[in-house]
Amino acid sequence: MLKIETTKESNHITLHLIGEVDASNSVELDESIIALMEGGEKNILVDGTDLQYISSAGLGVFMSYIEDFQEKNISLVIYGLNERVYQVFRILGLDQLIIIKSNKEDALQEI
Amino acid sequence: MMKHELKLYCDTTRLTDLRVFLNDILRDTSLSDIEQHQVTLAVDEVCANLIIHSHGCNPQEYIQVEVEKQNGILKIEIKDQGEGFNIIEYKEPEITQVKKAKRKGGLGIILVKRIMDKIEFEKIGSQNTCRLFKNLKSK
Repeated sequence: MLKIETTKESNHITLHLIGEVDASNSVELDESIIALMEGGEKNILVDGTDLQYISSAGLGVFMSYIEDFQEKNISLVIYGLNERVYQVFRILGLDQLIIIKSNKEDALQEI
Repeated sequence: MMKHELKLYCDTTRLTDLRVFLNDILRDTSLSDIEQHQVTLAVDEVCANLIIHSHGCNPQEYIQVEVEKQNGILKIEIKDQGEGFNIIEYKEPEITQVKKAKRKGGLGIILVKRIMDKIEFEKIGSQNTCRLFKNLKSK
């Protein structure tokens, strides 16, 4: 099960991922990110505090927008990942391609 | 440890059942919390791949998953009928290629190969078997 909550704040928007992202629901994450891009958002925070699991389907969504973000000057920062989930990003070296911070305060410094 | 079996119907929403099944078994091994999570992920990746690409998400079809421990090695057998997916022969893309091509696939098999200690693939007639192995530390 995956629930995605979007919260708009003054200078950024937060996507709060709750639950598990796998092959059955990664399209929901994809659609959320597309919606933010279409809405002209420039600063996106992804709150991973309540993300219990992510498989390649979900990781692929983040990967697939890295270049679009660079072209459109969009910052995306993920924060709050638990150790198990963070290690999955690391296996693929995604921690080198995506900005990942341990908490919201640090994440806000990046935008 | 006895042999554990799960009949997984080819519907991606069933992957949750697969993970619950695996988590219950892996909890009783010497694998660390992080390793358990990763082995579950590797099996999820192989099965998701089969469900989507080999079985077209046809919920009438199924995959057989068997888990057992042999001589300090955890063995996971994933069996299905049909064309099959030869994970050994599959040439996974480079991570940078995945990024450039904006393709959302290919990452799963990279994860499986980096997480597991040994992988085998066997095809006998229409029966395909993918075996994933993880070395267990002695307690």
